Amino acid sequence: MTITNETTPGRYLDYGGQYLPELLMPEIQRVAAAYAHYKDDPAFRREFHTLLEEYAGRPSLLYYAKNMTADLGGAQIYLKREDLNHTGAHKINNVIGQALLAKRMGKTRLIAETGAGQHGVATATIAALFGMACEIFMGRLDTERQRLNVYRMELLGAKVHAVTTGSMVLKDAVNAALQDYAARSHDTFYVMGSAVGPHPFPVMVHDFQSVISTESKAQLQTVAGQLPDYVIACVGGGSNAIGSFAAYLEDPTVHLIGCEAAGKGVTTSQTAATMALGSTGIFHGMKSRFLQNADGQIDAVYSISAGLDYPGIGPEHAALMDSGRAQYVPITDDEAVAAFEYIAKQEGIIAAIESCHAVAAVQKLAPTLPKSQIIICTLSGRGDKDVAAIAKYRGIQLSED
Amino acid sequence: MSQLTDAFATGKAFIPFIVAGDPDAASTVANAVALAEAGADIIELGIPFSDPVADGPVIQAGDLRAFNGGITVDTVFAIVAAIREKVQTPLVFLTYANVPFKYGYDRFCAQCQALGVAGLVIPDLPYEAQGEIRPFTRKYGLDLITLITLNSQDRLPALAKAAEGFIYVVSTEGITGARDNFDQRLATLFAQIRQYTTVPAALGFGIHTPEQAQTLARFADGIIVGSAIVALAATHGTQAAPVIGAYAKEMIAAIR
Repeated sequence: MTITNETTPGRYLDYGGQYLPELLMPEIQRVAAAYAHYKDDPAFRREFHTLLEEYAGRPSLLYYAKNMTADLGGAQIYLKREDLNHTGAHKINNVIGQALLAKRMGKTRLIAETGAGQHGVATATIAALFGMACEIFMGRLDTERQRLNVYRMELLGAKVHAVTTGSMVLKDAVNAALQDYAARSHDTFYVMGSAVGPHPFPVMVHDFQSVISTESKAQLQTVAGQLPDYVIACVGGGSNAIGSFAAYLEDPTVHLIGCEAAGKGVTTSQTAATMALGSTGIFHGMKSRFLQNADGQIDAVYSISAGLDYPGIGPEHAALMDSGRAQYVPITDDEAVAAFEYIAKQEGIIAAIESCHAVAAVQKLAPTLPKSQIIICTLSGRGDKDVAAIAKYRGIQLSED
Repeated sequence: MSQLTDAFATGKAFIPFIVAGDPDAASTVANAVALAEAGADIIELGIPFSDPVADGPVIQAGDLRAFNGGITVDTVFAIVAAIREKVQTPLVFLTYANVPFKYGYDRFCAQCQALGVAGLVIPDLPYEAQGEIRPFTRKYGLDLITLITLNSQDRLPALAKAAEGFIYVVSTEGITGARDNFDQRLATLFAQIRQYTTVPAALGFGIHTPEQAQTLARFADGIIVGSAIVALAATHGTQAAPVIGAYAKEMIAAIR
């Protein structure tokens, strides 16, 4: 079973493609050509894997969550601990890969969009390591929700632009970053943070993040001698999910479940549940599923999680849903916040609110499965950045100083 | 053959851009009529989009005013019908790809033909992706406008050969909006385009003064002006028509 289109790189069924202004097309074609050239280049791969091991701290742990397993009373639960990577999330895997490509292409400046700030922090980190200039575009509302990450990026030497157009969240940050890229592609590489955008970004993000599932497959083989029955990850654009799924796509017994942000619920307009409520469209350089109105205007979306607050999803996920290979479930703010508190108390892990959308799905699923079955749940990031927002959600005012 | 190509037959073409529904439908009709009466050769009507990534802050603000006025795609078609009752200047739509995609390419192009829209400018539907709409633009006799930029380089021959109606040459890197310096490489770009096609080539993005228009019209077949006119619409609101008409006359005088 395959959803990639051999004759047209970057197409997944009819999704994907390159829908960009002519101004950017020559550059995106150069990026695609450079990636096609380097992706199997032994020196490039060696440098990538060396940095993953020696700088990002890979492999990340596959941790058996015995308290959660006992408490939920069903399937065995393993957590893939991307939260333990340097910079505290899976984002670093992809940034190392793309920044290496940028260096090979002779670029001196990295730009990126960021929602929760994780991808911005990862990009600023690698820019510092590589001695490259760095500017990050972040919706103004997100800069307010994630002040700590803004300061962190500034500490790392990046300039953070608070984007005040549109609804001032992640999609508006992408718009602003695309505009900057159009103006400065001669010296700039746009480090796309999720499995979205024009080809080759979804392919690159898939490949660089696939280290998550390549590791988890080998790790589970070592401890349990089998494949997992379920792999569960949160999806916004879908980078940690595609990385968590990648090595299992050709293993039909492994159920793949993406957990999207339902916000206040899929029956409200305060949601980011693209799979449940979206339809096919063309936006941000790709054909995929988007939350949009009957006229094709892209919706303003909502989630407590800045990292999942995006009106679209990567084209490979859209194709995986259509083909039936993966399932996508909406998780509300309430469920995610409850999961945030649950995993903290059960396992002593403060996980990112994004990742807690996946934890919430595990809480629902595990009790329904026999004890012989195994779930791997990806914890995409650490939750320190979310503590203040969760306290506020619970009506607890933390001191500002 | 092409109504748009014909618009260049009598000399340098002036192609103004306005946002449909900025700030309301009646004003858009009045602005378009004023532009037509001033002598505009083609009028480019922008269909507002929620996320206009190829546009600068001036046109983004115009889109926002149109949304605040309740603009929908069907209202845009109603605006075109109302303009058509008064003037017959060729019209093209500037629209982001998702609008005709969601409307249905066939249905969208059929509406364009029925209302006398002559062509489509779709900034985020590049040459390689145009195959998905071209069967429908052909079916309904619409020109699909090709954009060429200073970055196009190796792509230029294929782009120029595919051109129909007119070519939209993007004058500078980045987004729409006023720029004070125009690249000397533009003259060379026009010469290169003419090696591959006889389709006229108009220059847009960042042109705002009659002096600039006059200089650039020495090598461009036409001048496209967007942000400068949308800025007048922003300042004068529902009373913009006479001001926009006067500005268009000044620009036309400069290029002829």
